[in-house]
Amino acid sequence: MLISKDSRLSFEKSQPGRTGVTLPASRYAKTPALAELPQHLTRKTPLVFPELSEPEVMRHFVNLSRKNFSIDTHFYPLGSCSMKYNPKINEWVAALESFAAVHPLQPESTTQGILQVIYELEQCLKEITGMDRFTMQPAAGAHGELTGIMLVRAYHKAKGELRRHKVLVPDSSHGTNPATAALLGYQVVQVPSNKRGRVDLAELKKHLDDKTACLMLTNPNTLGLFEEDILEITKLVHDCGALLYYDGANLNALLGIARPGDMGFDIVHLNLHKTFSTPHGGGGPGSGPVGVKSHLVPFLPSPWVEKRNQGYCLVEDGKNSIGRVKAFYGNVGMLIRAYVYIRTLGLSGLKQISEDAILNANYLKEKLKSIFPAAVDEPCMHEFVLTLVKGKAQGIHAGDIGKRLLDFGFHAPTVHFPLVVEEALMIEPTETESRETLDQFVEAIKKISREMEEDPNLIKMAPHTLPIRRPDEVLAARKPILSYKDQIGESRPQTPVMSPHPSLSPEGRGVG
Amino acid sequence: MHYHPLTSQDKQEMLKEIGVSSFEDLLKGIPKKLLNPAMNIPEALSELEVQKLFLELGSKNASTRSALSFLGGGSYEHFIPAAVFQIIGRQEFYTAYTPYQPEASQGTLQAIYEYQSLITELTGLDVTNASHYDGSTSMAEAALLALRHTERNKVLIARSVHPHYREVLKTYLDGTPYTVEEFGFEPGGAFNRSEFIEKLNPDVAGVIFQTPNFFGVIEDLEGISDKLHAAGALLILSVNPVSLGVLRSPGEWGADIAVGEGQPLGIPMEFGGPYLGLFSTTRALMRRIPGRLAGLTRDMEGQRAFCLTLQAREQHIRREKAASNICTNQALCALAACAYLTLLGKTGIRELGELNLDRAAYLRAQIAELEGFHVSLDVPIFNEFMVKSEKPFSQIEKKLLAEKIFAGIPLTKFYPELKNEFLVCATETKTREDIDRFVEALARC
Repeated sequence: MLISKDSRLSFEKSQPGRTGVTLPASRYAKTPALAELPQHLTRKTPLVFPELSEPEVMRHFVNLSRKNFSIDTHFYPLGSCSMKYNPKINEWVAALESFAAVHPLQPESTTQGILQVIYELEQCLKEITGMDRFTMQPAAGAHGELTGIMLVRAYHKAKGELRRHKVLVPDSSHGTNPATAALLGYQVVQVPSNKRGRVDLAELKKHLDDKTACLMLTNPNTLGLFEEDILEITKLVHDCGALLYYDGANLNALLGIARPGDMGFDIVHLNLHKTFSTPHGGGGPGSGPVGVKSHLVPFLPSPWVEKRNQGYCLVEDGKNSIGRVKAFYGNVGMLIRAYVYIRTLGLSGLKQISEDAILNANYLKEKLKSIFPAAVDEPCMHEFVLTLVKGKAQGIHAGDIGKRLLDFGFHAPTVHFPLVVEEALMIEPTETESRETLDQFVEAIKKISREMEEDPNLIKMAPHTLPIRRPDEVLAARKPILSYKDQIGESRPQTPVMSPHPSLSPEGRGVG
Repeated sequence: MHYHPLTSQDKQEMLKEIGVSSFEDLLKGIPKKLLNPAMNIPEALSELEVQKLFLELGSKNASTRSALSFLGGGSYEHFIPAAVFQIIGRQEFYTAYTPYQPEASQGTLQAIYEYQSLITELTGLDVTNASHYDGSTSMAEAALLALRHTERNKVLIARSVHPHYREVLKTYLDGTPYTVEEFGFEPGGAFNRSEFIEKLNPDVAGVIFQTPNFFGVIEDLEGISDKLHAAGALLILSVNPVSLGVLRSPGEWGADIAVGEGQPLGIPMEFGGPYLGLFSTTRALMRRIPGRLAGLTRDMEGQRAFCLTLQAREQHIRREKAASNICTNQALCALAACAYLTLLGKTGIRELGELNLDRAAYLRAQIAELEGFHVSLDVPIFNEFMVKSEKPFSQIEKKLLAEKIFAGIPLTKFYPELKNEFLVCATETKTREDIDRFVEALARC
């Protein structure tokens, strides 16, 4: 068979006496350094580690890799995740030793090239977003949000307005928005959307007062719709003395088309692993630079890079800064890739990203909406949401459609999100997919739609062709086995303290 | 543009299918004054031009391949087997999303599970998550866990913990009801036991030590966990995973949470990131772990299967009630660590620890014999140690840089009282010739 069914762990393939690496044999110290250490400082418990030769290790991991969907093997229409092609030149540059083998605390005169890349990337991000200054430290989108809300707090504190304890989020927002605000002690207030999937202005006004710290918004929103009242929204929020936070997860729709800074946003985070093509790597690393308008610059984390007569330098000015959010300077390897991407595409290429992404999304929506209705049937931006209410009769949920799509060689869309749409299928094709791929996807959806009538169980039991069938996620949560150590019983699982909420049973749900 | 397959003919036909006459018709909802902003961004380059541009930019850096580096301090130059790059370079891993669809992600999920298994072994605790951003943020998350779990309001931290980590912790706790208090270190660099005991009181939720600490000193934590547990506080250790093949593990020290920087496990230095935040804890605290966890289960046919689990802690399910806001982690770096540790295996990780002890011990012994430099020979060290110079360090740094040697990390910036003291590091990458060349150059200063 092409894809190995073997699911043994490396630990279970181990044979005593093998190793995958030969290390230098030479020792220089007069006496063995380990023997010199006080014995109570040394390890006593033997390690249970795999013992495999290099070829065995390679085969183990290569076979594992073949059990994955990925962008380079499959279409990945995962809404809000911008699963676009990850250009290989980005990787070529980032792997150069002159970038990869640089220590973060080298003398500045020896890191001018990297500092220049960080500086020039910042200039580009400022142009793209209309913001005045960026910090490159945040390691991911949620980390950027954390940094951004810390900036909100620092700003209000400096103005003596710490009474502002409410953070507003639309009910269609990403889960990280309320989680971030709550982490920092803010009261989270959900603002309902109107019938057209946008922020309801009348509802928004109800919550705007001198206790409001900030409104977190993504635009286009998670339904893929542009907030048409954005200028009025930003004015209303500013008039009450609060700030506007832009969740950059959906920036792929706006390059060269409109800028959050011009809309009135005070703080923006970007997901370089979405819009700027750095790889997702199975869940990271990402990079989440945060841009601000001038009135928030003094609060940014330091250090940042400046260009001075003698060259590029890292500047620390901690007087009003919220402080450091990460060791060193951020996920620099991702910054390098993003800058390579921007220079490769250039001004017109960047605009083409969003134009093609919007065109692909509208084309796909047009073709699919007669099969499953669009949550809001209007021109969309880079993504759109379908609703699968018609599956209810057969007991088929959006998540089931996602699972069945896997059998057709398509990754599932984002399902059951945004929460405001019943049985949501959120689809983002991105600009790097061809029309033929979109047409094939439409054919698969058509076929599944017919199966809903003819053989609903085929869908409910899907997938049928992957290395595993549906896993028992309830069992996994009830009796967690989280390591080989658990398997061999050195630490016995105990009775769970709290059982997972049944309605929260995940169906491959989630965005990020 | 060669990443974008739509041709102008495609576009015309697609617009027709959509039922609009031009692309602009799709943007009607956007206020006119916002449309088409002017942006000052250079025009596109061909791939050949991009290669040349970045080779040129790269040539303005000195790497630790072109210079001889004795820098450590939270980022370490280690040997990385070629197979590690080949494994993580598999595009099925590299370009995959978070494994929310387990049937289409068994590769990533099993690799995360194996990573969790390996780190759990190293730390000697019960449960390891799928990773955090880096050592500093996993330490801050550990502090938050301790504060919430004990419902107390203070964290104690040794000043011998990495200065950046302490800064990040302060940032995370600023504006919350929680406070951080520090305790100092002795002249050799080990934490000050009496100051620690003095500051331990019933408000303390947890105490954070780093071992080997920022100065490379292997801390003696005998009796600490008993003392803390009697006081109702948690012990949090920040560790270097490369040391754990030979050094006493957090589990053996009685720690409740182990965190650390996973970069030494097969991840390039890349000017400070992306790195790998390690996070392990006990069964008792399992349901408070921030971040993703992969677990073992069965599929509907009874076959072995892996999936993300205990997701009821996470933001995409719980929103404002989540244990943390973390979403993206450092999965690919965790894969690198997993491949690296699997290649090293049981004997390799121990040998590697011995090699690192050996290189630092040899370097320290050589510097101890130099005039004008002082090291403390009676503290146990791993990888790195403090050196005090009689001459200004800036002078030494400059002289050695002229010989393409990165001499060390000046400590005054982080510890104003440590004038002309610097941190030097020798991992397994340094040969006897490298070390001798460095010591000779120092002797000439």
